[in-house]
Amino acid sequence: MRLSRLARLAAAATAATLVLTACGSGGDSGSAGGKVTLNVSLFGNFGYQELYQQYQQAHPNITIKEQTADYNAHHRDLATHLATNAGAADIEAVDTGFIAQMREVGNQFTDLGQDRASQYLPWKWQASLTKDGKQIGYGTDVGGLAICYRRDLFQQAGLPADRDQVSAAWAGGWDKYIELGKQFAAKAPKGTAFFDGGGALYNAVIGQAPVGFYNQDNTIVVDTNPEVRKAWDQVVAAIQAGLSAKLIESSPEWNNGFAKGQFATIACPAWMMAKIKDQAKAFAGKWDVAAVPGGGGNWGGSYLTIPKQGKHVAEAKELAAWLTAPEQQARVFTSAGLLPSIPALYDKPEIAALKDPFFNDAPVGKIFTTAAKQLEPQYQGPRAGDIQTTVRDGLSRVEQGKQNSEESWQQTVSDVKRLAR
Amino acid sequence: MAITVLSSRRAALNKLDTKGSPYLYITPFFLLFGVFGLFPLLYTGYVSFNDWNLLDGGAHQWVGLANYREMLHDPYFWNALGNTLSIWVLSTVPQLLAALWIAHLLNHRLRARTSLRMGVLLPNITSIVAVTIVFTQLFGRDFGMVNWLLGLAGIGPIDWQADTWSSHLAISIIVAWRWTGYNALIYLASMQAIPHDMYEAAELDGASSGQQFWRITVPQLRPTIIFTTVISTIGGLQIMAEPLLFAGTSTPTGGSDRQFQTAALFLYEQGFREFRFGYASAIAWTLCLIIAVFAIANFLLTRRIADEE
Repeated sequence: MRLSRLARLAAAATAATLVLTACGSGGDSGSAGGKVTLNVSLFGNFGYQELYQQYQQAHPNITIKEQTADYNAHHRDLATHLATNAGAADIEAVDTGFIAQMREVGNQFTDLGQDRASQYLPWKWQASLTKDGKQIGYGTDVGGLAICYRRDLFQQAGLPADRDQVSAAWAGGWDKYIELGKQFAAKAPKGTAFFDGGGALYNAVIGQAPVGFYNQDNTIVVDTNPEVRKAWDQVVAAIQAGLSAKLIESSPEWNNGFAKGQFATIACPAWMMAKIKDQAKAFAGKWDVAAVPGGGGNWGGSYLTIPKQGKHVAEAKELAAWLTAPEQQARVFTSAGLLPSIPALYDKPEIAALKDPFFNDAPVGKIFTTAAKQLEPQYQGPRAGDIQTTVRDGLSRVEQGKQNSEESWQQTVSDVKRLAR
Repeated sequence: MAITVLSSRRAALNKLDTKGSPYLYITPFFLLFGVFGLFPLLYTGYVSFNDWNLLDGGAHQWVGLANYREMLHDPYFWNALGNTLSIWVLSTVPQLLAALWIAHLLNHRLRARTSLRMGVLLPNITSIVAVTIVFTQLFGRDFGMVNWLLGLAGIGPIDWQADTWSSHLAISIIVAWRWTGYNALIYLASMQAIPHDMYEAAELDGASSGQQFWRITVPQLRPTIIFTTVISTIGGLQIMAEPLLFAGTSTPTGGSDRQFQTAALFLYEQGFREFRFGYASAIAWTLCLIIAVFAIANFLLTRRIADEE
């Protein structure tokens, strides 16, 4: 009797230790008494806050914790966490620019199966598919492309501010956009440039090309693809015309630039609308959305992945599937402006007819679903995100007057070759 | 019989206690040093002789000295090293001189002396991230306070991140701001250990306060000056967080043209953006050797200068 009580006590103590260590090793994502904490690691605003509330109400045992980091740091950290097999969140967002890099180490992610293949835009589904056919991420949104602009600043510079007139003015392509920019600059309010920065503009221009930094076979074609150089020259022309506010996208200064009205237009994938709403609250109703010069194109769009190292893979998969389900994608579009990657939604009236008061009641539903339907996907290779940063730095050197276009281009090409090693 | 055995055993235990237990007391340090200091150092050395991809599940292959050879021919390595030395000189020299001067001031009878003395340490206990972010805003190109002040004097505006000299200057100021108070307190502590009668005697002989400072204070501080110089050298050559955050976008290249990429930041870029673990380890070892050489050279140099005083 005595002995068995002792044995029971010992068993209880062992169990308690096991539970404690289980909690301890998992960091924040512990499961005490059936409660599960799911960590969701994002870059920027995915518009999920309301959805978490709803999900937690429906699943009382689940607590969701979101953390966001800067774009580059987020992906660098994720890669490190995968390499060291520790520290990743239960759900990790991955951008189009980095999905190919993650695809290469696809065995580190939970295979999400083929069930939802038919829902998605085919190219969106394929971009996160490994060589051996495993799906590593549920698509969240696609970028599409438009131009967001400040009506009031256009008016002050004596330009037409109506979105159809603006769209028509640069329908002929980026050269027309630069031309309008010069007209703007001639009478612009002091301290206001035409666009935010060379790097961001470049992403939009190259996003319209059928082939970007990579060939389908994962070879880097930055130095041989004429489209890459053509986009470079166009952006350099815009910089040299003095149209750039010389800000780097997503830097604190860039955020500040919205509040200070430092630029009148910005290349605007659908997700950019969420950023503008976050940063330019004081200018609600003064922003508007016009068609992108030349039409078509894509910049960005993301995925939710489930690293295998997570403690709650099954729960995480369920949450990721729910967050990216058609119904939730529709809600995120109406609340935050992130364009769904599920084409069946494009013709739903609540999407297609959506107008956004922040953007002067612009028909964002029509503009972005049209853009998404016209979108011809561009293949992204493993280092696409880092190449994008390298090109951005090259254009910064021109903006800062450190180098001329040709010197900077040569250095950019050789820096990209370094990345490819 | 039994008693002698017992007492000899006790003597042996006593002997073991006096001889052995000191080693026991210092073991924790050496254990920790072995686990967190020596092992990583040696393992990094081993990694540096391999072509080691961090992303590829740690796949690696012995390549001998290839990483070191590549490094010696890598212009970006030399660029980073040059930036490091420049920022180190720009931050350390004014920092130590200012610390000496502040300590001298704090050594006098002042009102609210204790709070002033503790106050100089405040920058040092503030988070490095917070400090750098605030300073990066002060050095902002369009709306920074530094440019606003310079503008009042008719200078600028300066794009602090864009140029080599301006970015080095700004980063040096951030570093100096953080560490000047720390060094000042160390100087102050040893200033107070200088016997007061030396100053009284000097005063009787008619020495000015400046003469007293240079002829008594500085020579008496010799060991402390050597210590702070060596410590700031070790810290200064490892600067990484400041230039990383100063860029504003957390890209580890240190500006559009690597104009403020330090050696430690270059190491970080190669290890954790390029995932070239072997190459990054080779840089780490080289940096370690360079720091050792600089620390020793500084030790000899400051000792000689102080001797001459």
